[in-house]
Parts: sequence; C-alpha cells; structure tokens
Amino acid sequence: MGFLDIDNTTKSYGAVEVLHKIDISVEEGEFLVLVGPSGCGKSTLLNMIAGLEEITSGEIRIKDATMNGVHASKRNIAMVFQSYALYPNMTVGKNITFGLEMHGVPKPERDKAMNDVAKLLQIEQLLDRKPGALSGGQRQRVAMGRALVRNPDVFLFDEPLSNLDAKLRVDMRTEIKKLHQKLGTTIVYVTHDQIEAMTLSTRIAVMNGGYVQQLGTPQEIYDTPANIFVATFMGSPAMNVLPAMVAMENGKPVAQVALHDGTMTSLPFSQNNMADWTGKDILLGIRPETITDEDAADRKSSNIAHMTNRIIVTEPAGSDTFVTMTMGGKDVIARMRSDAEVKAGADFSFAVNMEKAVAFDPETETRIAP
Amino acid sequence: MSVATQDTAIRTGRVVRTLIYLVLLLFALFYMLPLYVMVVNSVKPLDEITGGGMMNLPQVLTFEPWVKAWSAAQIGVEPTGLSPYFWNSIKMVVPAVAISTVLGALNGYVLTKWRFKYDTILFGLMLFACFIPFQIVLIPMARMLGMMGMAGSTSGLVLVHVVYGIGFTTLYFRNYYAVFPTELVRAAQIDGAGFFQIFWRILLPSSGPIAVVSIIWQFTNIWNDFLFGASFAGADSQPMTVALNNLVQASHGVKEYNVHFAGAILAALPTLLVYIVAGRYFVRGLMAGSVKG
Repeated sequence: MGFLDIDNTTKSYGAVEVLHKIDISVEEGEFLVLVGPSGCGKSTLLNMIAGLEEITSGEIRIKDATMNGVHASKRNIAMVFQSYALYPNMTVGKNITFGLEMHGVPKPERDKAMNDVAKLLQIEQLLDRKPGALSGGQRQRVAMGRALVRNPDVFLFDEPLSNLDAKLRVDMRTEIKKLHQKLGTTIVYVTHDQIEAMTLSTRIAVMNGGYVQQLGTPQEIYDTPANIFVATFMGSPAMNVLPAMVAMENGKPVAQVALHDGTMTSLPFSQNNMADWTGKDILLGIRPETITDEDAADRKSSNIAHMTNRIIVTEPAGSDTFVTMTMGGKDVIARMRSDAEVKAGADFSFAVNMEKAVAFDPETETRIAP
Repeated sequence: MSVATQDTAIRTGRVVRTLIYLVLLLFALFYMLPLYVMVVNSVKPLDEITGGGMMNLPQVLTFEPWVKAWSAAQIGVEPTGLSPYFWNSIKMVVPAVAISTVLGALNGYVLTKWRFKYDTILFGLMLFACFIPFQIVLIPMARMLGMMGMAGSTSGLVLVHVVYGIGFTTLYFRNYYAVFPTELVRAAQIDGAGFFQIFWRILLPSSGPIAVVSIIWQFTNIWNDFLFGASFAGADSQPMTVALNNLVQASHGVKEYNVHFAGAILAALPTLLVYIVAGRYFVRGLMAGSVKG
C-alpha cells in the first residue's frame, strides 16, 4: 500500500480504451514523473488522479481511501496547470486564497496562509497585482503558491514549465526540485521533456500508447530501458539502436556489426547470457556518450571495445563534439570531448564501453541484456 | 536628425485623393439627410411645413411639438402624449434584456464548459431559433400567452422577447466562452467552487465585452420591435413603437407633422443613446471571440 495507489486503472472514451490497466504505487514524499510523447495518456491519467476525468475501471486511492467518484475539491490535491490557470479578474492574493475561501476557511487564517506561502515563494510584493501584470516566471510562482497554500496530500503538475522560455525553464526546474526537497511533499508531474523527467524525479513512468512502458528510478530507466521505445525516448541525443548478429569468439559472446565499408567488427558483450543468442540477429543499443576516442574511454569499465570507423559529420557543440558515423547501415552518433581531434571524412579509432551496451530482441523490441 | 521610416501607405495622387474624400462626403451627407429633415421639422411651427420647404431651416424656433408629442398628443382615446408608452417600453425592455442576457450567458457556460452528449446539436437548434421569422410564431404564441394568462400584459411581452432573444444571446456567449480557457474552470473545480460560483466569480467578471454586445443587440431589437408589441400588448401595456404608429396614423384632425417628427425622434432616442454610450465596446466585443488573445 502506497501513499497514492493507481490500481489496474483504465480509461475509455466510448469504445476506445486510451489507458490500459495502469498500475503505479507512489510512496509518501516521492516525486513521480509521467513522461511520454503527445497523446500517450499521461495528462489523462493526471486528470483522473485530480478528479477531472472519470475512472472507467480500476481504482485510485490516496492514503488508502478510494477516490473513485470523489469530487476533485474533496481529494485534498492541488494542481498546477500548463497555462497556470490564474483567475484573470482576481489579484494574486485572491488567486492564492480562493480555494481556502471556497472551503470555508475564515479570513484571518486565509491571510496568514497566504503570507506564509508568499514569503516561501518570494512573491510578497506581487500580492495586490492582477495576473495580467506578471511575467511568465512570476505567474508560475503564483500558480505554485495557489497549490501550496492548501497544504494538500498530493501535488499534481501538468507540464508546468512548457510555457516558459529555455533559460527560465531551467531555473524553475531547479526551483521546483528545491521546493520538493524542502517540503518533502508527494508530487506527480507530467511532462514530455525527458530531461525534466530525469532531473526532477525520484521515479519515472515512461508512457506510450496508453501503456506504462517502464516504471523505475531515472538511473534504471536510463541504463536498463525495458524496450526500444524507452531507450530512444529517454536521453539526448537518443540511444543508437543498430542491427547486429551474435557470435562466439574465444568462448565469449560478441556482437558483429558492419562498419561504413561493410567490414565486420566484433564488440564483446559483458553479459554471458548473450551466448544463448549465438547466430541470431539482435538490435544493439549504444548510448552516444559510451562511444569516445581512445584517451577518453572510461577507465573503470572492464569492457572497452575498439574499432576504426569513418567519420561522416562532426558537430561541435562547445562542451562536446557530436560525431556521426555509419554502423550496421544506420547513422550512429558518438559524443566526444570537445578537444578530440576529429575530422569529417577521416578514419578514426573509437573506444566503445560495452559494459553499458544494451541488447534488444528485434521481434518484441524488449531488452534481453543486461 | 530624423529617422527614415519605410512609407507603407498606398500612394495616390492628390487629385484622386480629393475625389475620394469628395465622394465620401457626399455619401455621408446623403446618409445624414433623413435625420436632418426630422430634427429641422420637429422644431418648426406646422404652417412652415405645410407651406412647403421641408428642407429649410426653421424661421421660428419652437419646442412646442416636442412637448406636445411627449405629454399632450392624442394617442388612442386619451390625449396623454407618448410618455406613458415610453415607460411601458422601459418596463418591457429592461427585464427582457436582463433575463435574456443572463440566460444566454448561462447557456453559453453550460454549452462550452459542461459539455454533454449532443450538446452541439442542441446548440444548433438554439441557433436555428435566430432564423425563425416573427410572423410564423404569432398565432401559436398568442395561444400560449392566452393559456398562461399573460395575454395583453407587459410580462407576456417580456416572455416573448426573452424566448426570441435567447437564441442570439446564447450564440454570443457560447462563442465567447468557447475560447475561454477550460483550465480556469478546472482550477476552480479543484479549488472547490461549485457550478454557480464558477459562473459568478470566474466567468462573468471576464464577460464584459460580450455582455455589452448582448445588451446592445437585445435592447435595440426589443425597443424597436413593433410586431409583437402590436400583436400581444393590451391597451395599457403598448410600447413606444405602437404608440408612435397610432400617433402618426391617426385619421382625424390635422396631421401635425412637426409633432410626428418629434415623436419619432423621441422613440429612437434610447437606442441612439445606448450606441453612443456603449458603441465602442460593441465592435470590441464582436471581435473578442474571433481572435484568440
């Protein structure tokens, strides 16, 4: 039993099922991020937790009390919307206390709660202004203040940063994380931005097509993605997925991959269970940062493979240089140090950290190793 | 030092421009002509009008026709002037406008923020009400008013105008609320506001422009209505338009054209006033729903 339980929950619109048997249990104080592409059902799920959408089947519980059929205002949740949804006709102070007023909290208590929250979020000087006179970041703070003031069991965030510009987004991200560390509240956060998901969460649920593809800590999701969708959705640039064949060399399983000119190179696996796949095709997943120049190879890794391949394109990005090459007939991106001496059109000697490599079944697209 | 700016105006010669303004001026004068005739003749003694020269300015300025039209002209049986009918109209228009606007706002709120099955069909049917000609409903409406015991009364007229106006007011408010962010309603729901609290506290305070549109539209239509007033009003509830007709159409005695002109201006004055006071909001409100701000 968790703090917030989503139990076998489905959602249908007419005959169309958009969410299929979702099972998530959130502990108190956890920061769960629902991440996925548009239309994956993450916002619908959040709205179901909020009580804005009905639950077709299954059960959602908060603190072991069923929320099915309970009105949104009686669930003791608070929500921050993508557009902030500040009431345009009310001052910031009124916006923050409106919920308390609707719940019949007397005015002196409302004012005290408002002042506490305003102090916490440093928006005291804005209390008499209307939302129209605020900047994007200030509106964001007010929206969070409106959620905080009710002291709810669960905070729901619906893509709260997607309306901000890039720099402000990073600042507010840190702000939200700080707030979570300070208050230790339970948060469910919806985003389509995998970096937000990785940086903020204690656990991530990656969703696609109405299914939870994988539920785990950011590290688990990143290092051992359950399938190719999760592997390519999380991480930027995306994980390279290329066709390979498993063979045995010196009693060890290796992945045989075609290089730019069709010659084969052998990349030894760290996992011995790959021996079961000898002679079969697989899809090999390699993160861009695990392909480096020889000097930058991870010294702690017990399994560095070496190969020489031709560079097609180099993209210097300041902190890193991205290098594109062809492996297994696909474009493969490597993330190099910025001072690696790479030149387009030249052959280069790469080091591949095979300890971090992931293998997928080409039929089911699920992970087979590690 | 002056900053060079790109001249984006369409270049036309001086002659062409003069011609354009001249034509526009002519149109404007032509358009103003009826008002000129009415005003000028309402402040002339009758013999100046009957002696010909309707376009001339008055030689003797008199406001007597205005006073007579307002308080002494023979309308129906009593020489009461238009004033009692003016108040009849006010008593009919104010509640009819208020009720139809509030109902339209409520309808718009429900049709956009509390969606239900077949709501678009229902809205389509309500829209259809805007296109029903007045004449078609005269007999059924008379029968219904009779059955409800409201025939020949001001409340009956109010009912008729409310029913007829709901189609328009619903259309206005529905289109206005369609682009009103639904997230605000959801936020208010989570905050614990109920159906009417959301309406009064969140939606209505932001509905100024469209409320003005609805009020102007309804006020003008109901004030200017003649057919319903002539058909359903009793002797003591006849609106201004019907009284004006009775004044002008009176078949006995001398035709006092100057009094008729004054009466016609009096009848048109309230709508004119509404336009002058709230006209600029009218255009603003009409545009508000169409472009997302």
